[in-house]
Amino acid sequence: MIYFLCGLLFLVGLSGILLKRNLIKIIISLTIIEYSLFMFLALVGYKHKAVPPIITSLTEKNNYVDPLPQALVLTAIVIGLATTALLVALAVRIYEKYGTFDIREIRKLKG
Amino acid sequence: MKGMTEIVKTISRLLAGLIFFYGIYIVVFGHLTPGGGFAGGIVISGAFILLIIANGIDEEKINRVREKAGFLESSGIFLFWVISTIGLCMGTFFFLNFLGKGKPLNIFSAGTVPLCNIAIGIEVSAALCSIVIAFMLVKKGDKK
Amino acid sequence: MGSSSITQYLLPVLVVLPLGGALLIQLLKKVSKLISDIIANFILVVLVVLVFSLLNNPVLVYKVGGWMPVKGIPVGIYLVLDGLSLLLLIIINMIGLISLIFSISYMNKFTNKPLYYTLFLLMITGMNGVVLSGDLFNIYVFLEVAAIASYSLVAFGTEADELEASFKYQVMGTVASAFILLGIIIIYSITGTLNLADIGRVLKDKATETPLILTGILFLVGFGLKGAMMPFHAWLPDAHPSAPAPISAMLSGVLIKAIGIYVLVRIMFNVIGVTPIFSNMMLYISAISMTAGVFLAFAQWDFKRLLAYHSISQMGYVMLGIWLMTPLGILGGLFHMLNHSVFKSLLFLNSGAVVYGTGSRQLKRLGGLNQKMPVTGGTSLIASMSIAGLPPFNGFWSKLIIIMACIQSHHFFLAALAVLVSIMTLVSFLKVQRYAFFGELKQASKDIKEVPFAMCFSMILLAFLCTTMGVLLFPGAKELFIDPAVNVLLNGKGYISLVLSR
Repeated sequence: MIYFLCGLLFLVGLSGILLKRNLIKIIISLTIIEYSLFMFLALVGYKHKAVPPIITSLTEKNNYVDPLPQALVLTAIVIGLATTALLVALAVRIYEKYGTFDIREIRKLKG
Repeated sequence: MKGMTEIVKTISRLLAGLIFFYGIYIVVFGHLTPGGGFAGGIVISGAFILLIIANGIDEEKINRVREKAGFLESSGIFLFWVISTIGLCMGTFFFLNFLGKGKPLNIFSAGTVPLCNIAIGIEVSAALCSIVIAFMLVKKGDKK
Repeated sequence: MGSSSITQYLLPVLVVLPLGGALLIQLLKKVSKLISDIIANFILVVLVVLVFSLLNNPVLVYKVGGWMPVKGIPVGIYLVLDGLSLLLLIIINMIGLISLIFSISYMNKFTNKPLYYTLFLLMITGMNGVVLSGDLFNIYVFLEVAAIASYSLVAFGTEADELEASFKYQVMGTVASAFILLGIIIIYSITGTLNLADIGRVLKDKATETPLILTGILFLVGFGLKGAMMPFHAWLPDAHPSAPAPISAMLSGVLIKAIGIYVLVRIMFNVIGVTPIFSNMMLYISAISMTAGVFLAFAQWDFKRLLAYHSISQMGYVMLGIWLMTPLGILGGLFHMLNHSVFKSLLFLNSGAVVYGTGSRQLKRLGGLNQKMPVTGGTSLIASMSIAGLPPFNGFWSKLIIIMACIQSHHFFLAALAVLVSIMTLVSFLKVQRYAFFGELKQASKDIKEVPFAMCFSMILLAFLCTTMGVLLFPGAKELFIDPAVNVLLNGKGYISLVLSR
């Protein structure tokens, strides 16, 4: 069920990129896509009634959640941060040059 | 960029130190509790950004801060690079954990992991500071 | 636990060295103006020497951090070097070195040269990492390193159209990364491992067809976007011309191969396995991009934009060769990949020299440059003949092999199409030569000069490679450079046991 919600979020982001005409809204849509993936990735490692994967002498159980996806999510979040920061910086510079965020008016390149 | 009112300035001064030390705590204990270089670095940079926004900053100073942040950023990540390369230079593997592992749950344990955390903490805090400062600069240029 | 030879420790150096150089440049940029030039070029020279010293080795596997496999199941991140990776490494580092030599003079007109070198070395780091890595998520990380560096390099001039192109490129690139990441997640949820060889081993035992088709399509879309195959090509003609010329050469000559085609081919051939439906689909995609790229290039009057469309078309050739799946086709495809990186980067460097000399890249405004810039004119003539596939030059041999492979596997239509596209490429480059380098010298460009020595040197070097690389097909050189790469792809899933046994 939650998997489908992730898929839905992914599609929301994708449609946002395709339909919106504002640079900032496109960036937000990209972030939505990324977050849907993070959620999906975290869900892959989920186990019912499991404990966090911190191994101490006190916990001797065997049902840890899968720690690998969590590490992957962290890495992916850092990458997402870098991409988003760069995108926003570009958008601000574009605003300086063109005076607008509307992609219909930003079309110096053709064909 | 102008500062805010006196109330905000006073409170931010009080808070910034607290946030800064909390960030350092997260970085240093990164190998024992949840957190680590990235999360702690973000908290540390939060302290600086808070101060900058609350107290305001002028053109001349902002460039100085930016240069320092850039330098710290590169040196932090260079430190990380050095730590990871030492293992390679010792004739074995990249990222080798060449220090003793110590006892679990001690602060001096887990070999190179705390050192890496500290390097990442420096790098991330400086990087986030410079990102925010870069956006401030752009906003200023816009008003001209 | 096999080889403990010293050579395997050279693998991480290929990734670590440019990364450290990038950071050193940022730390030392205050010391002297020349220091960034020296560090960057020195590192690339070392890398090229290293790569060539790795020739003629067996498959090398390096386990990062010394994490040994437990009960034959890999735990840590693997770096794997085989013939295919080596071919890509040669392309990356050789073209990287030549572009760097070119940019010593070329980048003087931009303000922040150390930053440029830092980003350049980061891009090299990312691409070397992608090519060497034997771990799916690690590939994704390095791919993002290379891609983010290239986004900022495209916007390096911070002119309006460059920013716009970079934004477009970055939106497309991020969507592509999202698709790739989704594919990786699905593969992880099926197999529970991220090591390429281990994924292949787990998939052998399981009979799960449907999710694999899904991931195949996701990877196709993702890497298709990164590698600018035809339906996903829209960003390339904007992004590649907007970058500074050495970066255009790197993007067109190397980046779309290393992070687009290489990864797709590696995953499909060596890990998941190619179904006939998939390979047929890829054949048609490559045929379409081959044809449409050249048609779109026909209408262009902007020198660099025309070259960018030809990149799409030539990448179609490469893919056509590889996805024929016959030994001859793979040989042709990989050889054309090598050749394309040489002549396309030469052409982009030529266009950079023209921009440097005249300040314009509109073909209609140029003319008669041969009288004033003999080196640029001569090398561009060689490159044009090479890309069009005229006999003594390298482009001819690889195209010939691809067409022969088409005929051999009874794809007569594709063979005819390849010949047709080749002829149209020739026509298109005759146009370039006619308008830019031959004909009357325009009044506006009376006082232009030949470009500085470093730029001439790199162009002549590439032109020399263009004329002589046909030699690689002869016995002796062929076994050293191309055959190992071909064997990796022909071996298919043999890759799995080869890596896991070490």
